[in-house]
Parts: sequence; C-alpha cells; structure tokens
Amino acid sequence: MNKDTVIRVSDLTKRYGEILAVNRIDFEVEKGETFGFLGPNGAGKTTTIRMLTGLSKPTDGKASVLGLDVNSEIARIKKRIGVVPEISNLYDELSAMDNLIFMAQLYGVPSSERVQKAEELLRTFRLHERKDSLFGTFSRGMKRALTVAAALIHDPEVLFLDEPTVGLDVVAARSLRNLISNLRRQGITVFLTTHYLEEADLLCDRVAILAKGRILAIDTPLSLKAKTDKKSLEEAFMKLTGLEPEVLAIEKGK
Amino acid sequence: MWRDNLRGIFYIALKDLKTYYFKPPAVSWGIVFPITWILAFYLRNPGSFEELVPGLIAMTILFSTTAAEAVVINFELRLGSLERLLLAPISISAVLFGKVLGGVVFGFLMTTVVTTVCVVMLGLHPNVLYLILIILPSLFVFSSLGALLCVMVKEVFEAQTLLNLPRFLMIFLSGVIYPVAKMPVALQHFAHALPLSYTVDGLRSSFSGGLSETIFFHALALIGFFILFIFPAVKLLHKKFE
Repeated sequence: MNKDTVIRVSDLTKRYGEILAVNRIDFEVEKGETFGFLGPNGAGKTTTIRMLTGLSKPTDGKASVLGLDVNSEIARIKKRIGVVPEISNLYDELSAMDNLIFMAQLYGVPSSERVQKAEELLRTFRLHERKDSLFGTFSRGMKRALTVAAALIHDPEVLFLDEPTVGLDVVAARSLRNLISNLRRQGITVFLTTHYLEEADLLCDRVAILAKGRILAIDTPLSLKAKTDKKSLEEAFMKLTGLEPEVLAIEKGK
Repeated sequence: MWRDNLRGIFYIALKDLKTYYFKPPAVSWGIVFPITWILAFYLRNPGSFEELVPGLIAMTILFSTTAAEAVVINFELRLGSLERLLLAPISISAVLFGKVLGGVVFGFLMTTVVTTVCVVMLGLHPNVLYLILIILPSLFVFSSLGALLCVMVKEVFEAQTLLNLPRFLMIFLSGVIYPVAKMPVALQHFAHALPLSYTVDGLRSSFSGGLSETIFFHALALIGFFILFIFPAVKLLHKKFE
C-alpha cells in the first residue's frame, strides 16, 4: 500500500438480506485528497461510509482507514476520524458550546483544551454569538455547521461528510462548501458523499461514480468530462450511469 | 480501549442527567409518584407508616431509575443521536452502560432524599450497611430492566407502555403495599421471580435488624437479576446497529 493512501477498499460488499447494497467495490483515497462519492439515492454511498466508520460491518471484502482494518481496529480508527452524518444529530437540549464540549469529552480531548477548541470552532463556523443557544433552536444551516464543527473537535486526520449540504439554502450551502475547501487547505483528507454534482465538481480532487452498489468510474472531474465527451460532471454522470436516455425521453416528452 | 469506554460511560451518564433526568417530569415520576401512591394507600388503611417505608423506598428506586429510560434510549435512537455516540471511540456496550448509569445516579439521589427524610422524620434506626447492600444493586437492576425493555421496542410510547407492565405488576406482587406472605401460595412463588420482592424484603430486614445472611442472599439475587437484564439489553442494542 502506498504510504500516502489513507483509505483503501477492496472487494467491499454489504448485503441486507436479499438486497445487495454495496457490490464488491474497490478504491483508494490519498492523504490530503478531497474524494467525492457520487450516486443517486440508494446507490450505496451512505452504506459505504457506515462501513468505513464502524457503524456497520461489511458482509465481505476488506477496508482500511489510516492503515487500520475496519473490522478489527475500528476503535483506533474512530479516534482519528471525524464523521458528519446525513442527519444533524447533535443534542437539541444542549447549547452549541455544550454539544462541542460533550463531543470533546467523548473523544478524550484534554480538559484544559476543550473550551479553547470549542471556542475556536464556533468562531470558524460563525456560531460564536449563538454559543449559548440550544441546538434545537438553530436553523438547518447552523445545525449542519455545528455538526461539522463537532466532527472536528478532536482534530481528525480524515473527515467523512455524508451529504453535507442536503436541505440547505443557497447561502448556507455555499458557506459550508467554503469551509470544506478550507479543510482541504489544512491537509485534512475529506471523503464526501453527495448527489449534487456541481458541488463535487467544485470541491473534489477525484470522484467515484456509484450506481446500484457498484463503482462505474473513478477519476478527476475533468478527466471524466473528457472521457465521456461532456461539458459538465452532471452530463458525464448521466452518461456513465445510463440515466441519459431516460432524461432525454423526459425532455422530449415536454 | 477500556479507558475510552470508562470515560464514555461517565460522560454519557453526566450528559443524560443534565439533559433528561434533572427535569420536572423525571423528578415527579421518580419521587412524587411513589410518595403519592404510598400516602394514598396509608390514608385508605391508616396504621403504622413505618411499615410502608421499605415499600416507599423500593418504589422510589423502581420509578426514579426508569423515569427517563425510554427517552434516553428510544428518543435518541429515533433522532439519530444515539448513533452519534457510536461514532465516538467507545463500544455499544459502553453506550448502554452510560445510559444505565445515568438512571442509577438519578435513582440514587432520589432514593437518598426519600430514605433520609423517612429516617429523620420517623426516627428510624436502619442498618446503613444493609441499606447500601440492597439499594445499590437494586438501582442497577431496575435501570438495566428499563434499558432492556426500551431496546426491545422502537418508539418512546411503546417503551413507556411496556415499562408500566412490570412496574405495576411488581408494586402489587412484591410486597410493596401488601405482604407477600399473606398472598395465595401461587402468587408467593411468582413474587420470588420478581426483583422488587428482594428489594422490599431486603429493605425490611435493614430496618428491622434482620440477619446478615438474608441481606447477602438478597443482594446476590439482585446482582443475578442485573446480569440477567444487562446482557440481553447489550445484545439487542448491538442487533439494532447491525
């Protein structure tokens, strides 16, 4: 394995009864890279993140994060990764500050650093003025931002973001994208799932296109566009996933 | 890893106490309900209130430990915040133990208040060591029973409904208000399968200077019930995340 490979997945499979959610996928993510995992709903994006972050056990295949096996060394992996789930699932009954402090406690951040780190993150995510407000009173965008902040409280080396901008308004989504770009500049490896292809085009160094649990292509957005002879990643995605004829049929029907 | 788990258990319990337990609904359910129940029974059958004290303490243990259990587990499962805990470097077992410990600590505080008030106001002289030997395992038993029943269902209301069944069954059949010895033989046998019977009986012995063997036997039985409840609860929670 390349020493700069942070995530390595080989033949990874997840089956829920009869349903094959992820079907023998292979990919690698390099250190400091922003890697996009793109696909329509039900493609297996979230299932893959769940396997890589220890929330779900693979049915078959191998996966390692930071050189550690997800099956046998998940506790060590969890200490070094941050995860932003699809749902902003912090505690409504706790303030923004208390939520971050609680996460710092769970991750074993030294008590002398907890408040300082939380304050820094609240400033970075422009939530400092609302630090004593309850999470439950926040707007969707603010909740999302605090959830990302919570995932960064222990200085993770890899950040998993599952549909980070879904449901956000234009301003909140743009602000969050800027924050993700900043993370890359800080050297954090970002693994991002999204079905917003413009977002992936803007943020990702490389993307994997996933459909029905299988990876159809992995490359830079530029190369994918060139290979498919399309101007946008969205068009390239449609061609690769075979959705293009359906879209054209709908457009003709207009 | 064990250090991460211990830290997780401690902070989850602390967070639950702050977020859910020290709130009016949990306090009223955990302390006001048992007092009202016992007072209602006393006013209906006036006699020696001292005899009702073990039952009152037992009910306080039972209701306070399970006061917010459905909320801390099922509500968080539904919102996804329980899953949030599992992203941290702690095991599923540690998460559940944290939830159980929250109930234990809240129950301990409520029970201490009720016991102290009863002892001071009624001038009772219990054996404090015996009281501790019975109260401590009882707190763990009922908090883990609450956790087990909660992980068996999905919704908060289902958990509350399911929890009420053993709660009220035990109030009537464990000697809280009616002595087990005066019940029909079949029910007496059934009472021995209920953990609250050992709590009530043990507390009664603590107040009446019973034999140490009896206390130790009851404490051991309660530890057995704790093991009986906590292991399936952990297993069921594991299954929910498979």
